[in-house]
Amino acid sequence: MIKAVMVMNTQGKPRLAKFFEYLPLEKQHELIRSVFGVLCSRPENVSNFVEAESVFGPDSRLVYKHFATLYFIFVFDSSENELAMLDLIQVLVETLDRCFKNVCELDIVFNYSKIHTILDEIIFGGQVLETRSTEIMRAVEEISKLEAASNAITLVPKSASGWLSR
Amino acid sequence: MGSQGGFYQSKEFLDLVKSIGEARSKAEEDRIVLGEIETLKRRISEPDIPKRKMKEYIIRLVYVEMLGHDASFGYIHAVKMTHDNSLLVKRTGYLAVTLFLNEDHDLIILIVNTIQKDLTSDNYLVVCAALNAVCKLINEETIPAVLPLVVELLAHPKEAVRKKAIMALHRFYQKSPSSVSHLLSNFRKRLCDNDPGVMGATLCPLFELITIDVNSYKDLVMSFVSILKQVAERRLPKAYDYHQMPAPFIQIKLLKILALLGSGDKQASENMYAVVGDIFKKCDSSSNIGNAVLYECICCVSTIYSNPKLLEFAADAISRFLKSDSHNLKYMGIDALGRLIKISPEIAEQHQLAVIDCLEDPDDTLKRKTLELLYKMTKSTNVEVIVDRMIDYMININDNHYKTEIASRCVELAEQFAPSNQWFIQTMNKVFMHAGDLVNTKVAHNLMRLIAEGFGEDDDTDSQLRSSAVESYLHILGESKLPSVFLQVICWVLGEYGTADGKYSASYITGKLCDVAEAYSSDETVKAYAVTALTKIYAFEIAAGRKVDMLPECQSLMEEFLASHSTDLQQRAYELQAVIGLDAHAVESIMPSDANCEDIEVDKNLSFLTGYIQDSIENGAQPYIPENERSGMLKISNFRNQDHHETSAHSLRFEAYELPKQTVQSRIPLTSLASTEIVPVPEPIYVREIYQTTTVPSASSDAGSTELKLRLDGVQKKWGRQTHSPATSTSSSTSQKTDNGITQVDGSNTSNSRTLETYDSRKQQVEITPEKQKLAASLFGGSSKSEKKPATGHKISKPSSHIVERSHVRKSSLEIASEKKASIQPPPDLLDFGEPTVNSAAPSVDPFKELEGLLEPTTQVDSAENHGSTAAATKSPDIMGLYTETPAGIYNKDDSDILSGLSNPPVRNMLGGTRSMQVAQSSKGRNLKNSLEKDALVRQMGVTPSSPNPNLFKDLLG
Repeated sequence: MIKAVMVMNTQGKPRLAKFFEYLPLEKQHELIRSVFGVLCSRPENVSNFVEAESVFGPDSRLVYKHFATLYFIFVFDSSENELAMLDLIQVLVETLDRCFKNVCELDIVFNYSKIHTILDEIIFGGQVLETRSTEIMRAVEEISKLEAASNAITLVPKSASGWLSR
Repeated sequence: MGSQGGFYQSKEFLDLVKSIGEARSKAEEDRIVLGEIETLKRRISEPDIPKRKMKEYIIRLVYVEMLGHDASFGYIHAVKMTHDNSLLVKRTGYLAVTLFLNEDHDLIILIVNTIQKDLTSDNYLVVCAALNAVCKLINEETIPAVLPLVVELLAHPKEAVRKKAIMALHRFYQKSPSSVSHLLSNFRKRLCDNDPGVMGATLCPLFELITIDVNSYKDLVMSFVSILKQVAERRLPKAYDYHQMPAPFIQIKLLKILALLGSGDKQASENMYAVVGDIFKKCDSSSNIGNAVLYECICCVSTIYSNPKLLEFAADAISRFLKSDSHNLKYMGIDALGRLIKISPEIAEQHQLAVIDCLEDPDDTLKRKTLELLYKMTKSTNVEVIVDRMIDYMININDNHYKTEIASRCVELAEQFAPSNQWFIQTMNKVFMHAGDLVNTKVAHNLMRLIAEGFGEDDDTDSQLRSSAVESYLHILGESKLPSVFLQVICWVLGEYGTADGKYSASYITGKLCDVAEAYSSDETVKAYAVTALTKIYAFEIAAGRKVDMLPECQSLMEEFLASHSTDLQQRAYELQAVIGLDAHAVESIMPSDANCEDIEVDKNLSFLTGYIQDSIENGAQPYIPENERSGMLKISNFRNQDHHETSAHSLRFEAYELPKQTVQSRIPLTSLASTEIVPVPEPIYVREIYQTTTVPSASSDAGSTELKLRLDGVQKKWGRQTHSPATSTSSSTSQKTDNGITQVDGSNTSNSRTLETYDSRKQQVEITPEKQKLAASLFGGSSKSEKKPATGHKISKPSSHIVERSHVRKSSLEIASEKKASIQPPPDLLDFGEPTVNSAAPSVDPFKELEGLLEPTTQVDSAENHGSTAAATKSPDIMGLYTETPAGIYNKDDSDILSGLSNPPVRNMLGGTRSMQVAQSSKGRNLKNSLEKDALVRQMGVTPSSPNPNLFKDLLG
């Protein structure tokens, strides 16, 4: 299963951290810091995989991808495939990019809850749930539409019921 | 949706992010965040906060917590938000509680009720949000409260809900297997869900269940094979394609499951060969995800009952991985190679140069993986090169965790394959010097014993070994900061053998020992070892009839130790004093020279006391009654028994490291001599007993030997009693040889290795440097072609057509199904819709028509097999629904989406280089204004000051 998803910038500031197994706050931070320590010391043009057993305990692997100013990091165990996880990062980023049109670090900072919504559609309870970014987008848009509507009037709007019956 | 639009962030939040982004130090950031916490504390407890504001506060709290500060004051507000009717607020509440709380938090009790209510909501988004919270927040005790609701959701009309309900059940299973044990059949049922997404989700729990208990899921082999076949043949709706691969994540999961099911099961494996071979051919090796599936195929092939054809495919794929420029693929290639060499060791040879390239790669991860591979393929012919490499690497890293691991691997390899004692000692020295405190103390004791016992080949080599050890240790003592364990070894060896060959005088050695005790004065253990070593040296001197002059520094040291706080040190110092006062004869008998290998006879019956007892009884004393014969003492005797077991578990470990293979082969007379030639020592009684309890059942000797541990406390204090019996050690070393999986390599390759070296170097190309060639030869030279292949013997007769295979396959599945009892689910229906009937049913052009065509046979099979009526009834209409409705209704739309401009670049980018970049840019051009605005904002915010153009994901998809 996937143990954690992190997004941090190249200065080591966490932008998103989601742990699928509960960890106390201090531990989370220690992990984020040590992950950053490992990542920033890696040269360019090397593999996207890092041995993570010294940080996350036995049977854990780490895959990261570096985009502009951000690191996207997935930590998982041996029941997942490294290359596939790399593509899952791609799925996440593609979806973010579609969602925010040229996503940038600030989008992630400001739309914190939305990022979580997207992530919840991709990974659920530590398992890969959905990998089609169109499908993820559809779900997320549905949610935000409903949210916007429920914010204005607390009834289920027509658009939603129409979608339901389809 | 711009960066700040849409989600109602206020100026305040923007300012917060901005100021945190600009913070120059951690302290400044902390100050800002603490200020923010104060503000939030004040604001959040105000009455009548508008919902929108409240939502923002909660998000800010989450943000603050992510930055590492405690926001627990706001938890209750997040909990309150989950009760709200508005979806927006509710979802925010759920998001916050899943991030804030753990399953054992006190506030959970306030949420369970809401979750229950929301799970039955009409709005499926509310249900999803609740399911999400269920995964994170429900613990073992609260599972019963939501379990029935979650089970109900398994039949929810929305596939998104069904998927999540399965995942939630899986989560329950992980948390408390017993709570859902009666529901496990649901996973099997959902495997035939009409939505491929739900089916895919089911694979996750099934994978876990199968990992735990393979045998109860063997009946599903055919279903999985059939599903995989359909996926690979693109029978799923197009929308499940990812980068031109049909549902790759499902394929990967299925291959993993098949690997588990086929491991060591010839029959099951034979069913998989066709489909796995098919995937090998179909995989697109130019995309990342295609390679992921390929890699999974290799893993599968290397686990299931082996098939020469598939092994060939796997070897091909591996060579493609290794030849690739991508480090990721090289990494996967090395990993896959490590799996495959277990089955066909000869494959490593083809890739020797690639492996060496990886070993010298700047990428640390790749290097480690390669070292792991080398570790797996070590044998006596290449152990020196490999261990040298590992030690070199070990010296250069700081990561203690990995250092420990690699040190223990070095020791393990050295113990198993050491070509000579000298090499062994030198290697151990290196390991100890660089990772001394990280290695197990057991290793140190093994080393001491090896030096004491030697190989038993003859006395000359043994004493040579000892003097070379002494020599090297005296040299090493010059270095500063040696690890404690290593110093203990050094002290012990110097004490025993420092003066043995007469090269060094007693005063020189004692001087060195005193230096050690002084230099490491904070380490009591080392000091104790040093004192004992001194005692031995003086004792040997006295026994040899020489006059002992204690060095002044030694005397002062003794005075210090006589007054030491440590009773152990004190005792040793007093012993030393006492020994010095004795005459040669007495010393000879209490501390004979070179007697550490001799066994001390323990007279367990205490026969020397018989006379005394006799006297006492005659004088009217009560005779002794053994404890177990006394009445009412049952418990104590039981306790004693336990105690006895415990001591046997802590007993000494006697196997020497394994002899290198070639010596076994070529010097058989020598080794056989060795066992007889060794000084015939009487085995000590207590050692014999230990062996009786642990190793007498020879079949379980392997398990027994792992339990054997050195009794460290004893050894340290009772050096005189360190008794070893060479007879046992040789016998156990031979047994270890057979036990050890890695050493199963034939010894026959030693003579071949040289010829092979030349063969290899001829094969290599011109540009390869001679060093590399040499390294390759020394690493791989041993793996000769003459090596016996593992028992893969059987040849699979490939079916001439798929139909034949399928009908066979189907027959067997029916057989299996009929064999199983009714309680076990019948083979799920999904497997049936891909049966040969498909081909005959509709060779039509329209894919959806074709899919519809599948349905009829499926339902027929259903009724024919007389499934559980409920299952059949719900299934068949569902399937109909899926293949008529879903693809046409939803996925068609997606297809056109994918084709349209926006979504195109990401998809194509994986394949093409520059052209797709252009496309991406042109699509960005449309949002030029947007981008510029963003850019300006970023600069203004200064979130990422160091980067020249921080906001644009220029290389987003590159």
